[in-house]
Amino acid sequence: MTYTSNRECSGALRGSAISIIRVTVSTAAVPSPIAPVAITAYTATSAVGAGKAAMQAAVAQARSGLRPNDFTHHPLATWIGRVDGLDQPLPAPLASWDCRNHRLAWLGLHADDFIAAVFAARARHGAARIALVLGTSTSSIGATEDAYRALDPDGSFPARSVNPRLHTPHSLAAFVQQALALAGPCLTVSTACSSSAKAFAAAERLLRLGLVDAAVVGGVDSLCGSVLFGFHALQLVSAEPCRPFDLRRSGINLGEAAGFALLERGSGELSLSGYGESSDAHHMSTPDPSGAGAEQALDDALARAGLSADAVDYINLHGTASAKNDEVEATLVARRFGARTHASSTKGFTGHALGSAGIVEAAFSLLALETGLMPGTQGSTQLDPACGPQIRLDAARAEVRCALSHSFGFGGTNCVLVFERRA
Amino acid sequence: MTASFIESAALWAPSLPGWDVARAAFRGEGAAVDPPARRPAPALLPPTERRRASDSVALALEVAADAVAGSGFAATELLSVFTSCHGDLAITDNLCSTLVAHPELLSPTRFHNSVHNAASGYWGIATGNRHASTAVSAFAQSFAAGLLEALTQAAAETRPVLLVGVDIAACGPLVATNTSRGMLAVALVLAPQASVRTLARLDWGLASGPAEPIALRSAAALALRANAMADALPLFEALARDDAELMALPLSAELALQVQLGGFARDRAAG
Repeated sequence: MTYTSNRECSGALRGSAISIIRVTVSTAAVPSPIAPVAITAYTATSAVGAGKAAMQAAVAQARSGLRPNDFTHHPLATWIGRVDGLDQPLPAPLASWDCRNHRLAWLGLHADDFIAAVFAARARHGAARIALVLGTSTSSIGATEDAYRALDPDGSFPARSVNPRLHTPHSLAAFVQQALALAGPCLTVSTACSSSAKAFAAAERLLRLGLVDAAVVGGVDSLCGSVLFGFHALQLVSAEPCRPFDLRRSGINLGEAAGFALLERGSGELSLSGYGESSDAHHMSTPDPSGAGAEQALDDALARAGLSADAVDYINLHGTASAKNDEVEATLVARRFGARTHASSTKGFTGHALGSAGIVEAAFSLLALETGLMPGTQGSTQLDPACGPQIRLDAARAEVRCALSHSFGFGGTNCVLVFERRA
Repeated sequence: MTASFIESAALWAPSLPGWDVARAAFRGEGAAVDPPARRPAPALLPPTERRRASDSVALALEVAADAVAGSGFAATELLSVFTSCHGDLAITDNLCSTLVAHPELLSPTRFHNSVHNAASGYWGIATGNRHASTAVSAFAQSFAAGLLEALTQAAAETRPVLLVGVDIAACGPLVATNTSRGMLAVALVLAPQASVRTLARLDWGLASGPAEPIALRSAAALALRANAMADALPLFEALARDDAELMALPLSAELALQVQLGGFARDRAAG
């Protein structure tokens, strides 16, 4: 919908001749469809393992990656989605970036040989024509926490930890930019749990305007004290393995993950065909009970994709297993989708990987498109009565052409992505 | 080059608490305030929340409200981009200190205020704006990268966009590794089409090749150069001077956001 402003507006401003025109400003209601963007490579590494084969096996075997908390320095009774294999420091040329988050990024870049796909794209397009847009909630704050645990006797930051580029939110994207030798626009999106989903939207706009020819998107977040004890302080952490959408759900499990996708203009077997972003404008840490913000993101995503809800085969839900998120999201899905649509949360496999949840769940969605295997809701046994027939406990096989991924976060930030497989 | 329009500008620093003061100082027609202001009290927040708000949120809401008031748009019409190099360093210091000895005492409010999109969230809550809002970062190029994101949104979505940039001083042990000092907040309302209120036209594009930081001209701007949002200052100086300058705002050592200012409101008035 558009409306014509009732303000008289000046048009061309060059020189002294000013023509008066009526300016048309589009309002929120319905964005125009966009051309699909090809996804030519993708990968994710989480508690279920490194790369797509590990994800697919976890889904097929209903095998969770969660374990009792063995991460925090102080005890905290919860389960976590911890990634193994992060003990090795980064190779020498990248040593100044060494920290848990960047080791996870490095592991994630090599899964499914994603790094080789980027190097091939760099040869095709040139380093300056490839954007890098990464989402992260806490970036390398784990390294800052470590430095605070090792303060000098006078309370000052330990000299060996002084590294301005490490103790800042952009650290992840700057590290990955160097590791991939990219020279295009490089941006960190940090909107809590929607971060790496919104990275797709930012990249699509750069591609649409012709500012770049390809974009590496994704995100990395790693376990750290801030988030484990922060969510604990908000009484959102479960002492048990999380049970999304279960009647007896008791909160979230934190996880860590790295994931990436390579977007290129034009059509491909897999594509990003829409995105929707919105704000709840309700509360910093609890969702709007009406679900209006989330629904606006859903409507915008479907409008950009030129699809109706009927076309959606699979939805990877945000489904954190917090009481309120799951209630609001289940109600939204029941209200908007037919019984044919298969919806599930994969947080029971990976834990809630915060800023990297968007890319991990995009990867689960893309895998469902490729393989026809749609994940179940791991860990849950008895669905909350708020759930409609869409939300499924078990994995299922079908022809999957269109998948959505939901990501909602603190600050009331919402993002919905639409992925399609070519018929 | 793509055409965009700067509908309004806002700036707040303790020495320059408001765009009118800053504009005069950047033009060499006025001085920084002395003694400096302590911190803004954004009218968007109810009094109790105003006192409780973190410095970065108070700064962001102050310049956001100023910029919207100077534009012809309602707050609820705008997309928004909040950029910050470091986020709220006082909260980072508090979280990291608390975790060392007493993690169970972590404040839930401080934790949810620690997200980089805290100001974006409070902006939505304060104004009822349900549109897309993002929070970004790009180290020493956080303003330029945020400006690119905002200009990209304005052009791709054909909607007006609020851009807010805020950084504060490092505190506690962080001062050894983090060089940001003082407070600086800036805001622009950018639109894909001109209006009667347009301050300046801004044509923009990307330029590859070595990009050097732009030298500051005024003593008032130089005094703020240690803040992590200082890469905003050259554009605000040019805007204050109505300077039709071609500027290359570094996005990295090898890439710049090229901006050409022109079509200033004052030139139009004179014409």
